[in-house]
Amino acid sequence: MPEPLTASLVVEFPFTRSLGPVQSAFLTGLRERTVLGVRTGDGRVLVPPVEYDPVTAQELRDLVEVGTTGTVTTWAWNPSPRPQQPMSTPFAWVLVRLDGADTALLHVLDAPGPEAVRTGMRVRVRWAERRTGAVTDIACFEPAGDGTAAAAARAAAHTGAFTEPVTGITVPARLEYTYAPGRAQSRYLAGLAERRTLGERCPSCRKVYVPPRGACPTCGVATEEQVEVGPRGTVTTYCIVNIKAKGLDIEVPYVYAHIALDGAGLALHGRIGGIPYDQVRMGLRVEPVWTSDGRYPDHYRPTGEPDADYDTYKELL
Amino acid sequence: MSAVHGKEPVAVVGVGQTHHTSARHDVSIAGLVREAAHRALVDASMTWADVDAVVIGKAPDFFEGVMMPELYLADALGAVGKPVMRVHTAGSVGGSTALVATSLVAARVHRTVLTLAFEKQSESNAMWGLSLPVPFQQPLLAGAGGFFAPHVRAYMRRTGAPDTVGALVAYKDRRNALRNPYAHLHEKDITLEKVRSSPMLWDPIRYSETCPSSDGACAMVLTDEAGGRRAPGPVAWVHGGAMRSEPTMFAGKDFVSPRAGRDCAADVYRQAGITDPRRQIDAVEMYVPFSWYEPMWLENLGFAQEGEGWKLTESGVTELDGDLPVNPSGGVLSTNPIGASGMIRFAEAALQVRGTAGGHQVDGARLALGHAYGGGSQFFAMWVVGSGHPGE
Repeated sequence: MPEPLTASLVVEFPFTRSLGPVQSAFLTGLRERTVLGVRTGDGRVLVPPVEYDPVTAQELRDLVEVGTTGTVTTWAWNPSPRPQQPMSTPFAWVLVRLDGADTALLHVLDAPGPEAVRTGMRVRVRWAERRTGAVTDIACFEPAGDGTAAAAARAAAHTGAFTEPVTGITVPARLEYTYAPGRAQSRYLAGLAERRTLGERCPSCRKVYVPPRGACPTCGVATEEQVEVGPRGTVTTYCIVNIKAKGLDIEVPYVYAHIALDGAGLALHGRIGGIPYDQVRMGLRVEPVWTSDGRYPDHYRPTGEPDADYDTYKELL
Repeated sequence: MSAVHGKEPVAVVGVGQTHHTSARHDVSIAGLVREAAHRALVDASMTWADVDAVVIGKAPDFFEGVMMPELYLADALGAVGKPVMRVHTAGSVGGSTALVATSLVAARVHRTVLTLAFEKQSESNAMWGLSLPVPFQQPLLAGAGGFFAPHVRAYMRRTGAPDTVGALVAYKDRRNALRNPYAHLHEKDITLEKVRSSPMLWDPIRYSETCPSSDGACAMVLTDEAGGRRAPGPVAWVHGGAMRSEPTMFAGKDFVSPRAGRDCAADVYRQAGITDPRRQIDAVEMYVPFSWYEPMWLENLGFAQEGEGWKLTESGVTELDGDLPVNPSGGVLSTNPIGASGMIRFAEAALQVRGTAGGHQVDGARLALGHAYGGGSQFFAMWVVGSGHPGE
């Protein structure tokens, strides 16, 4: 039995965010070295601002400007920063209540070591040199010294209006997985490497699964008996693809078909070649065409046999 | 008085939608859901304080790239200090979400529940989200339309339907959408000829026979019998609700008429006391993302004998003025914020029996079916709503 396979899988996408009026003002403000909060129905100032009151659910639009100095309300030392974290040298994650605000903002503090950080310490914003309208426009916080403690600034009303406001941002996301397809697919792939298609028979309903999933989804029992199917099969149904799919290097039009390999209990999917696309039909008999480097057949081509009778494959549609 | 015996009757007393469109760059996700929820509350003559719990649904998180967005939407939905629950069943999720909310009222866990579903497709690319390259697996060679097109061909072969039927569905739904101010597509100059001559994307599916990609949200306020009785506006009573699922692929799966869909319909009709859906149901909002799914679902849902669904479409029975109007709102073919699409079906069914569907109202609709499906034709959710109390 071959060892189960694993491979790395990276999923990444540059998601876009429509900011709405409040986040738009907040992020544009950061670009202009201005920190905005929002005043709630009970008079508290929330920084960062939110669109709806957490207590009353009312829409919040009363923006206020708060200070760029504040007080650390709690913190955690990060001795080994990971790629894409805000700083490349060890830093503290901090919650900072800016002067004039009633809630704290999550950011990072540039400090030489954990002994230099304490709850209650005074800090100030260090602005990034290049600012675009993002929370990273605050490069980090830095110690401000206790002399600033008296500056308990009151939040001042602000229209939130700036020239060329930021209305949307791009948020790239990246997830890294180790993907394991499991024993059944590993067995299947080992067979394909020898250009044999090995399905697995359900001990209960006797149907043959290709590709095998390790269990019969109808009967809920494990499938272990391997059964070689094909290589020939029947086109049960298909469509003609006229638009290029992203990331697929196939000339259009082409035929994407469901193919029931001889002996299989359900159809698998493949491309039909070796015949003009408009001559492909349900019932066409086909066989796989391999390339030297492919894990799967490159496509299927007609065998030249007479077409299968509809009754022989209609249960597989 | 039935006291605590049996299920609590459930009433739909408020419905709200956004004006669906391809991109709502002017609002955040919170702002989008807020619009629909606010309109539903106004429709119900209620305030946030009247709501006991919120049940929210959407399609995969990859569609916006916000993991568990329901957590940050509590403020926008007035849910702080209340239970919030997220439902996820792929494209059928809007229907399943409404049914979970219904269950909470029917079981007397909560008296009044706000239920909402949304998608903001402009924040990402659903086609990308649905076709992540999985190691060792053969990539799907065709995209979403290509996944469903072979099943349409199988339907045509099985029933002998002429290849002109799909265009009739698209032409009807796009015309119906012109009467619905909330619909995404408003193709004022639509003609049957334009549908028929639109590009063939995944033969046999043409461009005009596919659904758009939309930003949108839909919300409903559900409440108990006492709430329904004293509601100042018209009420839709829930007469039955059911969900069924089956695997994406298995030996013996009928992609043209999945068993899970047939079983789900049978269950919901039994609950609603419906023995002849074709005669008893006055309007249908079914999930038709590709035109041919109308005749396919007409058979799957028992409105036509096997092989006969296309004849209802072809003879005009499913037109707005036919005797079984299907998708008077314009349907998924005209509006598709994926996660919300199922709830829009359910909500539009409720609007019909409340008599509040406006320009696309079916005259005298008393009983309506809302239907949703998702995944590889594997998740089904349906409800039947009526203008009359289910016990009367």
